[in-house]
Amino acid sequence: MPREFDAGADAKLPSAGAAEGENSAVQVERSPLSSPLDRRLFFKCALASGAALGFCEFAQPLLAIPAWAVPQKQDDSRFTVEAKFYQKLQNKKIKCKLCPRECAVGDRERGYCGVRENRGGIYYSLVHSRVCAAHIDPIEKKPLFHYLPGTLAFSLATAGCNVNCKFCQNWDISQVRPEQVPADYAPPKLVAELAKQHGCPTIAYTYSEPVVFSEYLMDAADAGHAAGIRSVVVSNGYIQEEALKTAYGKMDAVKIDLKAFTESYYKDVVVGELKPVLDSLVTLRKMNKWTEIVYLVVPTLNDSDSEFRGLARWVKTNLGADVPIHFTQFHPEYLLKNLPITPVPTLERAKAIADAEGLHYVYIGNVPGHPAQNTYCPKCHRMLVERVGLTATKMLIRKGNCPFCQQPIPGVWHA
Amino acid sequence: MRQRGDASRRDFLKKCITGAAVLRVTGKMGLLEATEQGAPGKSRVVIARDAMLRGAGTTVDSHRVLNLLDRAMRTLFDRDNPVEPWKKLVRPGEIVGLKVNALGGRGLSTNLQLVEAICERLQEAGIRASDIVVWDRDSDELEHVGFHISAAGNRVQCFGTDRVDYEEELVTFGSVGSRLSKILTRHCDALINVPVLKDHDGAGVTMALKNMYGVIHNPNKYHPNGCNPYIADVNMLPEIRAKMRLTICDATTASYEGGPGYKPEYNWKNNALIVSQDPVALDYTGWQIIERKRAEKGLKTLEADGRAPRYIATAADAQHRLGTNDPKRIAVVEV
Repeated sequence: MPREFDAGADAKLPSAGAAEGENSAVQVERSPLSSPLDRRLFFKCALASGAALGFCEFAQPLLAIPAWAVPQKQDDSRFTVEAKFYQKLQNKKIKCKLCPRECAVGDRERGYCGVRENRGGIYYSLVHSRVCAAHIDPIEKKPLFHYLPGTLAFSLATAGCNVNCKFCQNWDISQVRPEQVPADYAPPKLVAELAKQHGCPTIAYTYSEPVVFSEYLMDAADAGHAAGIRSVVVSNGYIQEEALKTAYGKMDAVKIDLKAFTESYYKDVVVGELKPVLDSLVTLRKMNKWTEIVYLVVPTLNDSDSEFRGLARWVKTNLGADVPIHFTQFHPEYLLKNLPITPVPTLERAKAIADAEGLHYVYIGNVPGHPAQNTYCPKCHRMLVERVGLTATKMLIRKGNCPFCQQPIPGVWHA
Repeated sequence: MRQRGDASRRDFLKKCITGAAVLRVTGKMGLLEATEQGAPGKSRVVIARDAMLRGAGTTVDSHRVLNLLDRAMRTLFDRDNPVEPWKKLVRPGEIVGLKVNALGGRGLSTNLQLVEAICERLQEAGIRASDIVVWDRDSDELEHVGFHISAAGNRVQCFGTDRVDYEEELVTFGSVGSRLSKILTRHCDALINVPVLKDHDGAGVTMALKNMYGVIHNPNKYHPNGCNPYIADVNMLPEIRAKMRLTICDATTASYEGGPGYKPEYNWKNNALIVSQDPVALDYTGWQIIERKRAEKGLKTLEADGRAPRYIATAADAQHRLGTNDPKRIAVVEV
């Protein structure tokens, strides 16, 4: 049975690093759900002790698999709400209108994401309030560098994703069905309360793919706003326009993982499409939603000069020179364990090209201590925000301006 | 001049290579030998029918389905005794998994009486009841279609992967990267695939090969493009290939449209079993049965409907070689 969301629960901790939904070196942050001895750990210890004492002979062994190694059966109904974005078809089929994949789903089947199910011609989300990962992170970890630097984000995820990136660092929660990972029941109001209680001005929907838990994200954002807590989303941007406007319209900032600048990469490595993601970025811009972009640089697959240049030119033309872009370092994970870590000079080459194309805020991510993690004034080139690892150690921006030359610095700087 | 019994180096090497080949074949696939008798070089697919399988009622008669199974197995393995084929398949001491399909709900899942018949013959072949595991991905789904969940005692075991979870480590082949059910990896020495003959809105048809989606943790990721090449890739995962012994496709009730869910208007009482050790040949044969039924009902071919099961050809290609989809190399025997 799912448990109430509390400080002793044990929702799965995602691999933590600088760039979420992406791929990065591990750097664990403060967890709201960890305690020295949680309930599950207690039961594990108790079982182990029991086994040692010989008590376990009374238990029915299930083919030598200890019961605690298996995800507990969860009360599905608690997490099930009718999906918001779908269309009913004949023969109890439905067409999902949440993401561009538009899965046509027969009765008793699920969509590509694995977290939405057709039951008798009605499409349901199975992950409302079903939190499988929760953490308190610096906002810089999202990464959002132009949004309330130095603050914390109450970060959470449910199972599921609508793509299947071969480099995913969180595949053990993103590429599974909700019943395959332990989860806690965290209704929206509780999330808002916990964020407040832990001193987080922001709730972040992250780690897996928030597109697939849009209904929950919207309700949690509403609950958060009612309690004075903002919301940000870390997403792949692979979402239909109407859903984007409705769901991400409730966000205070958005980070989009633009995974490459070629359709072939999206097809082969991401199992998605590039164009809808670019469309989402343009829509977010039109909505005046604060947006930052992460580009995970994968050696040999998306690291050519022409891709960097094409990307930078597209961003400048369609979104403007002030949109921050983070070139982040790849680490071998999941189905791409055969490739090396991205060399830092490759990231520096990407930055140099984007700088040369006239983008104002180009960062290098997942490389702790690199000077390109800091924010510099594009006019006087003085350092405005200093970051060490994931911590903002100096914040000089005043009222949205450079204190040295008064150049406006775009972003959400003050709560 | 060499004397009788002398062997040149070339002869010696020939013999070594032949011996190694024989060992390899008999070690891993020796069971195929029986099916090829009488049809050299061909994959044998046996279709056994009994028009009176349900007697005067609507449910499958236990006694008749056992007879039907015997007929199919005796024909496939060219044996007179109904237990002999099973002794060719499994050995006492092995744990035998029956991978059924419970997705279609009560109307269109693997038939209980058929599973009981298989269990009966396995036990007569020396397999202990507790060494037989009837399984699919979810215990609730199994229970919903009438299986009794049991994971202890001297009875036949029956439970879903939800009870034991999937392996933590990914296994990969081609476009597929998945975690396998621990029932397959840790509990089964041999696998008997017991799918249902069904139409499938994405893949075209679903039988032997697609039933292996119930072994992996992420089948939802492998439905695009008519499940091609994903179904073939999943069947190439080493644990599946190594343990698969036989497919007994439940075609007692089948669907020709609207699958894989249960839609009574598109089901028919086919009263048949399709049995083979070549899953590709079996799927190809089952596909033709569904096409004939669709034609009879005035429906478009699956090709014209934009969902021809191309994964079957992929499973037979040079990268997979899971069997043959060439009708000239398939011996369909109807009994």
